[in-house]
Amino acid sequence: MPYIANTENDAREMLDVIGCRDFDDLWTKAEVKGPYPQFKYMPRARSEFEVMKQAKKLASKNKIDLVNFVGAGYYDHVIPSAVSEVTARSEFYTAYTPYQPEASQGTLQAIYEYQTAICRLTGMAVSNASLYDGGTAIFEAMMLGCRVTKKRRVVISEAVSPIFRKMLHCYCRNLNVELVEVPCAGVESSIVSLLDAVNDKTACVIVQYPNFFGTVEDWTLFIEAIHKRGAVAICSTYPVSLAILKTPGEMGFDIVTAEGQSLGIPLSFGGPYLGVMAVNEKCMRKIPGRVCGQTVDKEGKIGYVLTLQAREQHIRREEAMSNICSNESLCALTALAYLTFVGKEGLKHVANLCSAKAVYLRNLLTDIKGVEAVGNSPFFNEFIIKFPCDAGAIVQKLINKGYVSGFPLGRYYETRRNQLLVSVTEKRTKEEMKGLANAMEAVLWN
Amino acid sequence: MKKFTKEHEWISLEGDVATIGITDHASHELGDITFVELPNIGDQASSGEVLTVVESVKAASDVFSPVSGTICEINQELENNPALVNESPEEEGWICKVKDVDSSELDDLMEESEYRAYVEAL
Repeated sequence: MPYIANTENDAREMLDVIGCRDFDDLWTKAEVKGPYPQFKYMPRARSEFEVMKQAKKLASKNKIDLVNFVGAGYYDHVIPSAVSEVTARSEFYTAYTPYQPEASQGTLQAIYEYQTAICRLTGMAVSNASLYDGGTAIFEAMMLGCRVTKKRRVVISEAVSPIFRKMLHCYCRNLNVELVEVPCAGVESSIVSLLDAVNDKTACVIVQYPNFFGTVEDWTLFIEAIHKRGAVAICSTYPVSLAILKTPGEMGFDIVTAEGQSLGIPLSFGGPYLGVMAVNEKCMRKIPGRVCGQTVDKEGKIGYVLTLQAREQHIRREEAMSNICSNESLCALTALAYLTFVGKEGLKHVANLCSAKAVYLRNLLTDIKGVEAVGNSPFFNEFIIKFPCDAGAIVQKLINKGYVSGFPLGRYYETRRNQLLVSVTEKRTKEEMKGLANAMEAVLWN
Repeated sequence: MKKFTKEHEWISLEGDVATIGITDHASHELGDITFVELPNIGDQASSGEVLTVVESVKAASDVFSPVSGTICEINQELENNPALVNESPEEEGWICKVKDVDSSELDDLMEESEYRAYVEAL
């Protein structure tokens, strides 16, 4: 980030334009509660050098190089170095997407191939060129469900990521959308209660697959039932798992979204991540964002263009289907490069390793006195264990031993204070898993 | 009885069933039509509200319902051949039929000659 300094004159001019005496006056007029904040940790008006020094000192307080067993939507997978060799090429290395077909065949072809990969992975008919992240994707899916059905009631399972649900609630506060949350106990999605919540006013049902607790559920019959009630079926998914699981397309989902980070994008607090969205033909013309298509020029040669854009904002302005104006092209390219280098069989191998290691670790951890498994349903690479005490406290103690042991569910689920969501990827070795088990036992009983 | 709207829809009433489509002028202005989103049979149409959307190579445009009623028939042919709206906008390219229409709702709409003059003046 560049260090941007405003002179006193700059500040004065800006304040004059908006009619404020000084920053305190601006603060009061902005109706913010409390006085103008004092930035305790960052001294005011220092040189770039001094600021950097201070920032580095603060950053060094972060624990790094911990062995990671946290998933909860974002996963620590191996990323082949070849991926960044491709994405760092200057022809591609921009967050902005040049769309003019006459000048951007390479970029458009990459987007087209990304869409093809997403369609094959999800089993869906059409993918868009990507969205910002899994959260915006799920929001756009919800709005798409409302547009297709012209209804405003949305039913969502409590087994959908609490981070996404919190975000949807925030969006819905000022929208004419009724968001109904269906609670669940254990590790399953309470399919019967979900079905009960679907009436003839329901636009869509949002579930997660595998769900937030790691459980893999077959939604085929559920989707048949809600289609009879006129609702659209949406799932948020984990792309890597789809290499070996029944695809959302096979189950009959109308809209599939995902956080695409697991496809070759490094874990980073705040991103940039990747929003994946794919739909069936019924929703094709109302999908938000850009879509690339393959066509032929007047000489019959293959070329790539944007397609299905007649309802997008650069054409329809205020009546557009969405306000998504850009995609996350560089991250989409990363996902494409990752899928290409790992390959179809390679991705299956990754998924199988994740799932096998998860079974191994679950057995290892539940052998510890006081640690119990929660639920007994099929899972992919994530599962819940229960302690005789607060899981958050255990997590804290294990950080000091070099392990991030999982996601303490009490943070979002009041009744799950003692539960820990543990995730395993192909990156975790047997030694690391045994190390975690030993450290956990020590923390509990020493 | 056939009437026209300022938004370039035509409506033709027989008994209490009205057939609705977009005018010759509208189909020319839109260019090649690539998709007609057909409404659902049984849905309510309300006068002045969006009935459906017609998508061309240039844009997706709303089609407004000139009357209120219940959608009773849709032109299935348009699903596979939306270009029919370009070829024959005011005959074979009709979009849907609406029943239970109050004929007085058509009183304020334009006659064919009035509409042609309106288009000329645009």
